[in-house]
Amino acid sequence: MNTIASLHKGEIGYISEESLDFIPLKLLEMGCLPGAEVELVQIAPLKDPLYICVNGSHLAIRKETALQIQILKSEILHV
Amino acid sequence: MSKNDIKVALIGNPNTGKTSLFNQLTGLNQKVGNYPGVTVDKKLGVSKLSSTQNAIITDLPGTYSINPTSIDESIVLKTLLKKDIKESPDVILVVADVENLKRNLLLFSQIKDLEIPTVLAINMVDQMNRKGITIDLSLLKKELNTEVVLISARKNEGIKDVKAAIIRCHVAAKASPLCGINNQIDPDYFTKLKEISPNYSLYELWLMVTQNNYPETVTKEEKEKLLAFKKDVSKLKKYQHKETIYRYQEINKILKKTYIVDKSKAKDLRGNLDRVFTHKIFGYVFFVFLLLAIFQSIFDWATLPMDLIDGTFAEISDFAKSNLPAGVLTDLLSEGIIPGIGGVLIFIPQIAILFLFIAILEETGYMSRVVFLMDKIMRRFGMNGKSVIPLISGTACAIPAIMATRTIASWKERLITILVTPFTTCSARLPVYAILISLIIPDIKIFGFLNLQGLVLLSLYALGFATAIIAAYILHKTLKIKTKSFFVVEMPNYKLPSVKNVFFEVVEKTKSFVLEAGKIILALSVILWFLASNGPASFDNVEKNTIENTANQNFSEKELQQKIASIKLENSYIGILGKTIEPVIRPLGYDWKIGIALITSLAAREVFVGTLSTIYSVASGDENTATIKQKMASEINPDTGKKRFNFPVGMSLMVFYAFAMQCMATLAIVKRETKTWKWPLIQLFGMGLLAYIASFITYQILS
Repeated sequence: MNTIASLHKGEIGYISEESLDFIPLKLLEMGCLPGAEVELVQIAPLKDPLYICVNGSHLAIRKETALQIQILKSEILHV
Repeated sequence: MSKNDIKVALIGNPNTGKTSLFNQLTGLNQKVGNYPGVTVDKKLGVSKLSSTQNAIITDLPGTYSINPTSIDESIVLKTLLKKDIKESPDVILVVADVENLKRNLLLFSQIKDLEIPTVLAINMVDQMNRKGITIDLSLLKKELNTEVVLISARKNEGIKDVKAAIIRCHVAAKASPLCGINNQIDPDYFTKLKEISPNYSLYELWLMVTQNNYPETVTKEEKEKLLAFKKDVSKLKKYQHKETIYRYQEINKILKKTYIVDKSKAKDLRGNLDRVFTHKIFGYVFFVFLLLAIFQSIFDWATLPMDLIDGTFAEISDFAKSNLPAGVLTDLLSEGIIPGIGGVLIFIPQIAILFLFIAILEETGYMSRVVFLMDKIMRRFGMNGKSVIPLISGTACAIPAIMATRTIASWKERLITILVTPFTTCSARLPVYAILISLIIPDIKIFGFLNLQGLVLLSLYALGFATAIIAAYILHKTLKIKTKSFFVVEMPNYKLPSVKNVFFEVVEKTKSFVLEAGKIILALSVILWFLASNGPASFDNVEKNTIENTANQNFSEKELQQKIASIKLENSYIGILGKTIEPVIRPLGYDWKIGIALITSLAAREVFVGTLSTIYSVASGDENTATIKQKMASEINPDTGKKRFNFPVGMSLMVFYAFAMQCMATLAIVKRETKTWKWPLIQLFGMGLLAYIASFITYQILS
């Protein structure tokens, strides 16, 4: 199963409806909603944390959190 | 403050320019208070809304939602749930960032459901053109059913409109919920919840249940009923998730009609700068060079004002001594209180300059990138990317540094940061290092360009940081604290720092140091003065005996006075204390004179230098390092017949000062922040033991 952690730098995914229960409330409140487009903007030099952009919010989250958030990978290339 | 003043609570997400708006509304009419029972600073300011109407504005900590995850954020919830007429806000002013309106409106929607009159100020509208954003303001007002104002706080635009909107909103006093959470999620459940009390809005009751936070006005009966709703925790969690999604659905519906972004225009600096600042090699290189540059400027800029403060207080002290009638009160003033105040103020230049840099780094948005870069490294040591800021601040003073840990949500990571911060080399250690280095390290250049003395000072800084990191690792492995460690940091847009915000930030941090540390340093200075100028019964004869004993030695009046002062100190309570601990500190290479200086260092470490200058009877008012240095250099150890401050003793002392927890003011702050004496005591004894063992080993190996 794909999660935010399996995205490559610059790649986009869509947060799956199933992960709703696994997203911490705080992240949900910051715009990490099921169905939302999420872009992996940058990976920290030591592979953790991850810098994502979702719903207009630019956030750094730890890999352990990213692993809980399932996504559907899109075929659409980021332009 | 009068009864007619409107009480306004200022709320918003972090990085929305909330502080800028607060500064624009209140100007210099600010003061910092405390929230009862918690340690978070409460910023209040008075704003003149119109010729007849004032408002008291409370700047609440930045938060993304009312549901708190850190101490700072829990203040917001507590303030909003208050039903006390004196405390509860009349109007809430929500600040939102125009670029990220959707997320900002989540907090707005929660606040609206509390049914308190609310004004929404959309900030940074000067960026709208560049970002391709258009807003239908009148429709947005209608949809949100509230006053909405477009502002640009930094450019001081729209502030008048905000003031007018606050008055209109207060007069109209209409407050209706925006979403109303019950109807969609579970109508039965929420109808029952609402039936508990008519005095609160449904959302307030829901917050009491989910956050386990009950205002004093809730009756015992009501609380029992509310507690019954808490039983099914997984249900609560599920409903909270549903609530958030529902809120976003409502917000999306509204924004679709009122807010348009032309994405082709939304290009900014962010990407390019991020690529540089978070680069796997260049990111760290830049950070290290930035730190070095900051420290270099602190040393360069702070020396002059510090010398000025030092000199001024010596003069005031002399002036008081020679112009006031001789007596105990004059001595207390000139030898206890005035030097005590001087001992506090001397640190202000270094602290203010360091906080100037930190404020600029935070304002520009760079600090979040540092947190991002450092999180993984710091986590290995049980800390958090956010711990970097306290550890850097600690090089000025541990007190504001420890207060800066409040943003760390995980208790274990925060506690470890608090416990190890005092290892970083604070500005009070510098005078001690400076004089010891100049005594024992030759002033030569190695490889033709590296100053050896500077290199030793640099390695002492490195020693401080390294010990902090190692201690953190040990604590990480031994402390059995289970906390939910959850980490999320917003990466804000880069922007130029606002002079006003930086200025207020520096003033506030410096003030908190002066007030928090100041009172303890001052009190200890007075106590130590008493112990140093009084002694057992025989003490009173010291002066007479000294005059008699030295009658045939042809001392000048000045030399005689110095001699008396020195012998008095030896026979005072503090001298006796020094002699009592001598057997304990002898294995470290110290005698009772150094022992006295160790004890007086409890006020602040730099008192070490002043105490030695008294013991070695350096004329008062002549406390420049050159003379003390000469005295210390010529001091002989009677056991060996060689110099007292030789290489082994000097190194042993520096190691001791690097590790020992000698600062009472820091201990007091740790007690306040951790709410128990357990942790400061662990610091005191743990660091003391480490200092003793390390100094012992240093001395024994070198000598």
